[in-house]
Amino acid sequence: MSGKEKKTVKTVIDGKEYAFPQGTTILEAAKSVGIEIPHFCYHPGLSIAGACRMCLVEIEKMPKLQISCHMTVDDGMVIHTNNERVKKARKAMLEFHLVNHPLDCPVCDQGGECNLQIYYMMHGNYISRLRENKVKKTKKAFQIGPHVMLDQERCVLCSRCVRFCQEISKSNELGIFQRGDREEIDVFPDMQLNSPYSANVVDICPVGALLDKDFRFKTRAWYLESADSICPRCSRGCNIEIHYNLNRPWKNEGRRLARLKPRCNLEVNDWWVCDEGRYSFKFIDDDNRIEGPLVRTDGKARNTGFKEALELAAESLRNSAASTDVEIAVLVSPRAANEELYLLKHVFSEQLPGTRLVFSSATPFEPTEDDILRKKDKNSNTRGAELMGLTPDSAQVWSLSELKDAVLAGEIGALYICYHDITGLPEEFSAGWAEALERIPLVVYQGTNTCPTSEKAQIIFPAAAFAEREGTVTNFEGRVQIQQKVFEPLSEALPGWQIIQSLGVALGGSYEYESAEEVFADLAKNEPAFAGLSYEKIGSGGFVAKDAKA
Amino acid sequence: MPQVKLISRFFEIENSHRLRVYEENGGYSAARKVVTENWEPDKIINTVKASNLRGLGGAGFPAGVKWGFVPKDHEGPKYLVVNADESEPGTFKDRHVMINAPHLLLEGVIIAALSIAAKDVYIYIRGEYWEAYHVLERAIKEAEKAGYLGKNIFGSGHSIKVHIHRGAGAYICGEETALLSSLEGFKGWPKLKPPFPAVKGLFSMPTIINNVETLSYVPIVIEKGPEYFAGLGVERSGGARLFGVSGHVNRPGVYELPLGTPMRELIHEHAGGIREGRSLKAVIPGGTSCPVLTAEEAEKVNLDFDSLAEIDSMLGSAGVIVMDETTDMVKVLCRICKFYSFESCGQCTPCREGTGWMARIMERIVSGNGHYQDLDDLLDIASMIGGNTICPLGDAAALPVTSFIKKFRDEFEAKASAGSITAASSRLSAEEL
Repeated sequence: MSGKEKKTVKTVIDGKEYAFPQGTTILEAAKSVGIEIPHFCYHPGLSIAGACRMCLVEIEKMPKLQISCHMTVDDGMVIHTNNERVKKARKAMLEFHLVNHPLDCPVCDQGGECNLQIYYMMHGNYISRLRENKVKKTKKAFQIGPHVMLDQERCVLCSRCVRFCQEISKSNELGIFQRGDREEIDVFPDMQLNSPYSANVVDICPVGALLDKDFRFKTRAWYLESADSICPRCSRGCNIEIHYNLNRPWKNEGRRLARLKPRCNLEVNDWWVCDEGRYSFKFIDDDNRIEGPLVRTDGKARNTGFKEALELAAESLRNSAASTDVEIAVLVSPRAANEELYLLKHVFSEQLPGTRLVFSSATPFEPTEDDILRKKDKNSNTRGAELMGLTPDSAQVWSLSELKDAVLAGEIGALYICYHDITGLPEEFSAGWAEALERIPLVVYQGTNTCPTSEKAQIIFPAAAFAEREGTVTNFEGRVQIQQKVFEPLSEALPGWQIIQSLGVALGGSYEYESAEEVFADLAKNEPAFAGLSYEKIGSGGFVAKDAKA
Repeated sequence: MPQVKLISRFFEIENSHRLRVYEENGGYSAARKVVTENWEPDKIINTVKASNLRGLGGAGFPAGVKWGFVPKDHEGPKYLVVNADESEPGTFKDRHVMINAPHLLLEGVIIAALSIAAKDVYIYIRGEYWEAYHVLERAIKEAEKAGYLGKNIFGSGHSIKVHIHRGAGAYICGEETALLSSLEGFKGWPKLKPPFPAVKGLFSMPTIINNVETLSYVPIVIEKGPEYFAGLGVERSGGARLFGVSGHVNRPGVYELPLGTPMRELIHEHAGGIREGRSLKAVIPGGTSCPVLTAEEAEKVNLDFDSLAEIDSMLGSAGVIVMDETTDMVKVLCRICKFYSFESCGQCTPCREGTGWMARIMERIVSGNGHYQDLDDLLDIASMIGGNTICPLGDAAALPVTSFIKKFRDEFEAKASAGSITAASSRLSAEEL
């Protein structure tokens, strides 16, 4: 370790002595030993405002109470976070926060996850003595950007949102206007809160002043359950929480997935997620989900059940393989999980040797990128495919245009498409594909949602969406991260790896994986880049794959 | 004790704001001495320390000690900032200094800047001080032309550039860290301490902020010697200072008196006594943020930092507000509460919400809808604000409430008894009544 290692200081908190690195704030130090000090304005990802005064603590030998978000621990310091003096001050600060608060909790969407409510129950619990009128503020339920609704009178003026816009998104849309108890949070004149990271202010708002337009009034926070996952929208792989509701299907317009929230991972996304990622989940509960295996004959699609569809697919693929004039091609998706890619690679090379792999990282999304989070590559697992040799870097793997040339030359007898909507891609990738697809005798489509490409397929397999199956994805820097299975796949859909495995079995192979984790165990054994990894080792923070070149 | 004429002598000299007149009266000799004799910064600092000159903006911190906090090994710019944002209600002494003796201030600025090796000086002047601003600006030009400011002052090789920045009218910008925020172009919000400005101030550089009057005494200290100045006052409160007397006296105005002068003398002799032969009721000794004194206390107390601290008040900015027997203390407190509520910067919660809350309760009491319980609530709210805010504005708002209600409780009870505890509140504001 370097010689610049931080000095450790001994500090007493609430009667117990602890050692902390010098420079740690009292609030963070206390948190690290399980003592929660209430706060509104402090956020570990933002500068210190010291404004809410909720985190006041007593430090012996200092006459005044001190804010624990700003003061750092020191040798010999004796701190009280919960004595009578501190409790009294905390209650006082809470009472001040509520002086001009409208108390419209029953109609406030923050209800259930509101720090004012929580702290009132924990530290307040007094009977109101306020007999004055409240200061009326200007904007209530006011849209200030594409995703965010503002309610000025609920605001506790902690300035977290303002600091976020200054320090993180650097877009500076928000400010605090007026003075004293007339103060209001607002966007600057003629501005909109429309940065690509705008909705993060909703997450960090401790009260109901900034709410998510998309989520608002859909369901109550306390009906939601949460599971950890990875954002599928780009190759950053931001850590997220999936908030969902299964028990009350009449809520949230029948959608199971209610919202995505960022989950802190200091190696990947800190506390944030971009708006593109945040609202990328709608396809999961969309009406156009493919609900069952379909076989299309004479232009009419029919749900045959998996058994028949798989047998038909296997038979057709074998017939195609028997022909010496044509090849079978598989269009691999960089949005498929590592487990699925691994099986895809093995099943086709083992059961249908000579199958041509095709790879494209093209997506219908705009290739937005910045130095905050967003990456140009809008796939969650391009790097995973690369590490398994499934990208056109390897000579055997074709690009989309090479495939098109072969199709137009009549050399492709069957095409198995994973997830890609080829015809929906930007013009440079999709040009000519609508006709090209017509020229392939057999198109099999595996995906989550109906799309123009799936409409051209004769056999369609319904795949589970990322939230409906377990799996790992590898982000741009080679970090392997787990997407948990949050809820069951819709109707008859199956996890991608399971479809591929079943197809392998139908083709005469023997594949008996019981879970994605089992597939991954084999993957780690056989793919050098993933050597030594396991679900346990990846954990909730992810693990960087071996030999992963940035 | 008679008045002393150190700063105030310039109030009586015609055209004392002109460089020529100022120099005819001995001006710039202290600065010339310090520069030409090549005084080390430590010598300046030690001289000022020995004089017991304390910060006269309100806090009373020893000036020389403050200058000594600037890190000597700092690389990069250091700044001297003059706090000319005089806005504490009842305070008007700095205006007199700037209008009548701008060069005295500038001379003090030169000496102080040399003591901390600051090359740039900012005078942050209250926006409403239009006249003082113009006088100062002309004085700076005169001094630059004479070679006392700007490059190579007094031919010494030192450079001191003085900039004037006009405030936009916020009381909070007189608080030193809010002043720095405002000067930096941000909203006038106080900054968290530590770090203190002497270490990390304007544009994150070491900065000393002094009041106009404090700096104006510096040339006098140098000229007459620290012993003379310290000897004028009492122990730990050196020299003299300007007392701005306003309210119900016959001769309101600015009086320069040695520290330790009995308040009785200031009111009854120098200020000519209470108007129309009435009797004294109360005195606010140093601007509205200082706890009020009863007539009895005021008649007994001496005007120095420690004597006032002994009776739980403060000398503050020495803006003495005198109130006679006709004064309605409830209305006075209501006015003060409204001032602090209006001027609270809104950054931290207790002050933002508490000052407005107290003001609204006071308005209700004045409107005749108060209740005994309101008085205890007010005391409680004031205690919840006091000591818990980022800057002293919270204390400034809380102290008058506590002192007025404690010392004049009868009057408040008489006003507050009419209302009912259940009455939600009057829909009428004090203005409408």
